[in-house]
Amino acid sequence: MSKIEINNIYKIFGNKPGSVMQMVRDGATKDEVLEQTGHTVGLDNVSLKIEEGETFVCMGLSGSGKSTLIRHLNRLIDPTEGDILIDGDNVMSFNPEQLINFRRHKMSMVFQRFGLFPHKTVMQNVGYGLEMQGKSESERDKIAMEKIEAVGLNGFENQFPNQLSGGMQQRVGLARALATNSDIMLMDEAFSALDPLIRSDMQKQLIDLQSELKKTIVFITHDLDESLRLGDHIGILNAGKLVQVGTPVDIIMKPADDYVKAFVKDVNRAKVIKAKIIMKKANEVNGIDKSNLIKVYEDQFIEEFLPQIVCTNANCEVVDKSGNIKGYITNKELQSSLTKS
Amino acid sequence: MNIKKDKKLFFNIGLLITFIWLLIISYSSSKRKPDNVGELLNDFSWLQKWPKWLDLPLMKWINIGFKNLNENYGYIFEAINNFLLFLLISLKNFLIQAPWPAVVLGVVVIAYFASGRKIGTTVFVGVCTFFIGFLHPIFWQKAIETTAIMVISIFLCLIFGLPIGILMSRAERIRNKILPILDLMQTIPAFVYLIPGIMLFGLGAVPAIIATFIYAVPPLVRLTDLGIRLVDTEVIEAADAFGASKKQKLWGVQIPLALPNIMQGINQCTMMALSMVVIASMIGTRGLGDEVLLGLQQLNVGRAAEAGIAIVLLAIVLDRITQSYGETLQERSAPAKKEKK
Repeated sequence: MSKIEINNIYKIFGNKPGSVMQMVRDGATKDEVLEQTGHTVGLDNVSLKIEEGETFVCMGLSGSGKSTLIRHLNRLIDPTEGDILIDGDNVMSFNPEQLINFRRHKMSMVFQRFGLFPHKTVMQNVGYGLEMQGKSESERDKIAMEKIEAVGLNGFENQFPNQLSGGMQQRVGLARALATNSDIMLMDEAFSALDPLIRSDMQKQLIDLQSELKKTIVFITHDLDESLRLGDHIGILNAGKLVQVGTPVDIIMKPADDYVKAFVKDVNRAKVIKAKIIMKKANEVNGIDKSNLIKVYEDQFIEEFLPQIVCTNANCEVVDKSGNIKGYITNKELQSSLTKS
Repeated sequence: MNIKKDKKLFFNIGLLITFIWLLIISYSSSKRKPDNVGELLNDFSWLQKWPKWLDLPLMKWINIGFKNLNENYGYIFEAINNFLLFLLISLKNFLIQAPWPAVVLGVVVIAYFASGRKIGTTVFVGVCTFFIGFLHPIFWQKAIETTAIMVISIFLCLIFGLPIGILMSRAERIRNKILPILDLMQTIPAFVYLIPGIMLFGLGAVPAIIATFIYAVPPLVRLTDLGIRLVDTEVIEAADAFGASKKQKLWGVQIPLALPNIMQGINQCTMMALSMVVIASMIGTRGLGDEVLLGLQQLNVGRAAEAGIAIVLLAIVLDRITQSYGETLQERSAPAKKEKK
């Protein structure tokens, strides 16, 4: 059973969403629907499975429906049609009380513009989810303090959010989401409002935290580099449709259509592709020049051994951790794998 | 869908029928109608000048209704009258019997804490308060009478205005129904409700309180509604995402964040209430307003001006106190600004 399962979700914005459902099902595009009926198609038949403990990145340009999609998971937005299963429970069947309970314990969320409460201190902000869970103040403060330390904000717990910089505010947002100890974390363009250096810092912090906590994270972004760095799987949305779901390498090596191709064309492939992806297996290779070989590990990114190869014009021998030869990469293959498609 | 359409059609037909019924009533109840209806078809002179029989007997209806109200439900108004009068007199006597330096000191202390311990504002308010009595000894008591009426009116405004504003912000339908009533309250000339007020409550302070309430409550309702609706959507989403119930959201997030706007509403409410003081003096309410009126009646420009200045001073005192409290609140929720030294 997947942790999160989305089945055939449609979301249409407008006065009478039901009236245009048939049109959308018959395959009308977003523009056609808008022109003929004045309704906006937010999501068009999206189905997804997200496994426990993985980071799923949902990517698309603005207006592609990614923020709409993430808000369906905790029902900040209700779909026009379709089912959402979390741990096998149909979220759509929840009554208001169950929904509140579900939001308190199952999910937490980080927002693009932080969504902090300006009238509460950092400590109270971080403890907000716990307050909703009904925990006592002393317990709240204890957990909040732990999380504030985990994101490196010690000493700021009694400040108000507007006294902090953007990066620090988002750390508070992250700590608030971590504090409820929910299995699922939703991150809506969480780092998009931060400047590049701080963003990269926060990404690293998230990766470190995730390696420890193993939460299921759904991350929304419009930045391909960010999605490649964070995602175990990436889903690409275009005009409300899910055009491709796959691992970062899948997306780069086998883009499903022109839209995805356009997306990945400027990416630094050497940073994303590992040696084992492009190597030819040892038993399939023959007639390779073994006189001038450089040893690389299978999990190394191309970026890491590329300079050596350029300088020496050598071929690569790919080995695993215990030194067994797994395959070879010729200079030529390396070149072609790095060429933009 | 069809039911909705039918409903609208029936509603419109109903309106049309009511209109025709009103026409018939006004025609048949008029004393100046032609001897028989047929004449209207022969002699078209009634199309030229507005005919005397085309006259809705609204005046008669209201007079009958008002008389019934007064005769049958007079005891309700008497009870309201007694209650308000009791509050007013207790407050007034308390302030008048207190030694005047104590009252000035009390105002200064309130100003000090409301302004967030700003010395400048506090001193200014203190000086203004002192000058009210300094202008003319009799103004001290008059100003207290005026203030007592205002405090009771504003108290009424808060009791009714805040809940109505909150309701409006939560349901579009309620807002659409209340907005025209607020427009009516703000545009209808004050004398239209002052005079019936006298008939229901008798001459004196109570009709002035009621009139002040009608005149001053709309800005409070509007700003409460606006303030709650203007709370950042992402902050509201954050509260929702962490499972806040409606009540927790309202008291924990929406109202605290709307408070600067609500305080602005109370400030506006106070200012409008004060501007009602002079008008209310015309129905025999004692206070600073009747000094202005006396000055005018005696063509004593100096006396009227002196009283006018006293009213302005009172306005400044009340404005500074309510305004600065709002500002203190606002500083926290506004984006960080550079510290002024």
